Amino acid sequence: MKILVPVKRVIDYNVKPRVKLDGTGVDLTNVKMSMNPFDEIAVEEAIRLKEKGVATEIIAVSVGPQKAQDTLRTALAMGADRAILIQTDQEVEPLAVAKLLKAVMDEEQPGIVLLGKQAIDDDSNQTGQMLAALSGRPQGTFASKVEVKGDKVEVTREVDGGLETVSLTLPAIVTTDLRLNEPRYASLPNIMKAKTKPLAAKTPEDYGVDIAPRLTTLKVEEPAKRQAGVKLGSVDELVAKLKDLGVTA
Amino acid sequence: MSVLVLVEHEAGVPKDASLSTITAAQKLGDVHALIVGEGVITKRAAEAAGAIAGVSKVLLADSVAYAHMLPENIAPLIAALMVDYDALLCNATSIGKNIAPRVAALLDVMQVSDVLSVESADIFTRPIYAGNAIATVKSSDAKKVLTVRGTAFEKATAVQDYVEVSHVVGPMDAGLSRFVSAEVSKSERPELTSARIIVSGGRALGSSEDFHRMINPLADKLGAAVGASRAAVDAGYAPNDYQVGQTGKIVAPEVYVAIGISGAIQHLAGMKDSKTIVAINKDEDAPIFQVADLGLVGDLFQIVPELVGKI
Repeated sequence: MKILVPVKRVIDYNVKPRVKLDGTGVDLTNVKMSMNPFDEIAVEEAIRLKEKGVATEIIAVSVGPQKAQDTLRTALAMGADRAILIQTDQEVEPLAVAKLLKAVMDEEQPGIVLLGKQAIDDDSNQTGQMLAALSGRPQGTFASKVEVKGDKVEVTREVDGGLETVSLTLPAIVTTDLRLNEPRYASLPNIMKAKTKPLAAKTPEDYGVDIAPRLTTLKVEEPAKRQAGVKLGSVDELVAKLKDLGVTA
Repeated sequence: MSVLVLVEHEAGVPKDASLSTITAAQKLGDVHALIVGEGVITKRAAEAAGAIAGVSKVLLADSVAYAHMLPENIAPLIAALMVDYDALLCNATSIGKNIAPRVAALLDVMQVSDVLSVESADIFTRPIYAGNAIATVKSSDAKKVLTVRGTAFEKATAVQDYVEVSHVVGPMDAGLSRFVSAEVSKSERPELTSARIIVSGGRALGSSEDFHRMINPLADKLGAAVGASRAAVDAGYAPNDYQVGQTGKIVAPEVYVAIGISGAIQHLAGMKDSKTIVAINKDEDAPIFQVADLGLVGDLFQIVPELVGKI
């Protein structure tokens, strides 16, 4: 069984995003970029499924600029077998990404598409669900456990108020939540090896997908800032303040 | 504009988050509530939804195929109903986030996630980059699909006379997925996303035992829900559904008490809309103090028991 792992190049998890002064977006010049952390978890899970003998081949795919090659190389260094870059400099919305991934699914016929539940830049949380709709396949979103059982995959999902387990008929789309696993670091020899693994270059046109955006960003602003308040000197002061707030009797 | 709201319900009662979504929907037009589920309890929820101010009609889809809110079965139902509507609004909850994008893709619509405000019929604001930026976006799609952040809108109240409930049917079991089991975390405490007061613990608690030994008595005294930072959850001190932050729950209680939480960006994204933030931390330079209204610098293992004793 093949596993398709879509990955996105985003601002590094540890970098504080800065809104551009002209309000057109977030400033990404000279900012460290990395693989979306949820996608890293997806790559790791795919590798574990391969190590268990469930998966035979892992294909990483990314939609983005030339630089997204680096992100794909990271996936290859972690353990993916080959990669596909669908290159475009345009901003691509989740709906268009889902359409491109559907086209790749048609070509590759994976048993599972494993991807992050959301990207930490636009925080949309849509691509997996949209891909499931477009391909007419079931979805296991926000996964904290993935178990392949014959022609089904059992996915335990992180939901409000607890956990839920669903059984999905393969092929299926699974989106990862934080607790699914802890991604490995690529070793230096594997990073070297990844440089020779196959990376196919494609464009949205190759798949005949229209990626014109449906949303226009009118402006991007910093959220209203909270003012720092007062530092209190003692627990008694805090108790008095809490009383004022009507929190305590 | 006619608007359909997927109203989530529990034990025959519409959930609070859906009451906020109905308020957001009213800014767009005439609101119909869709109740999906199975059996008597679902019917009761439909009647209750009909009493919510601003809802002019209730659609009830009652089928065993809808019992567990499986998106494979429910998305085609909603997509078919959308012929008569200009917009679909769902909560930005685990159910809404699961179903709405599936409907959007079936309709060939680009969804707007986590809506914070409705500026006009096609302009909305939403948080990006973990709430470090707010984007104003304009949708060019003929129909809109939105998920709504509950804490950004007031809850609609149940005041009006009951409105008509009409039954709708859609495609039945798609045969793609099956509900296996649910593990609901049981708690006597209020639910995080709707609590008036939240006491949250961070990595400084040091262990699962200390987390519960310190946080629980204070939460009990205040009648508060218990939350945790991602660091505390990752370290195994608290279960994942306690997590407040970009990757967990977004909360905005009247009072948020952060104990031993440094205030990482990702945590602040989940709680900075709280009315009053109280921070207790031994590091006086911790970023949490930049957003806290009331701060107390010191050892939480001394301060918290003292506080519990004095409340």
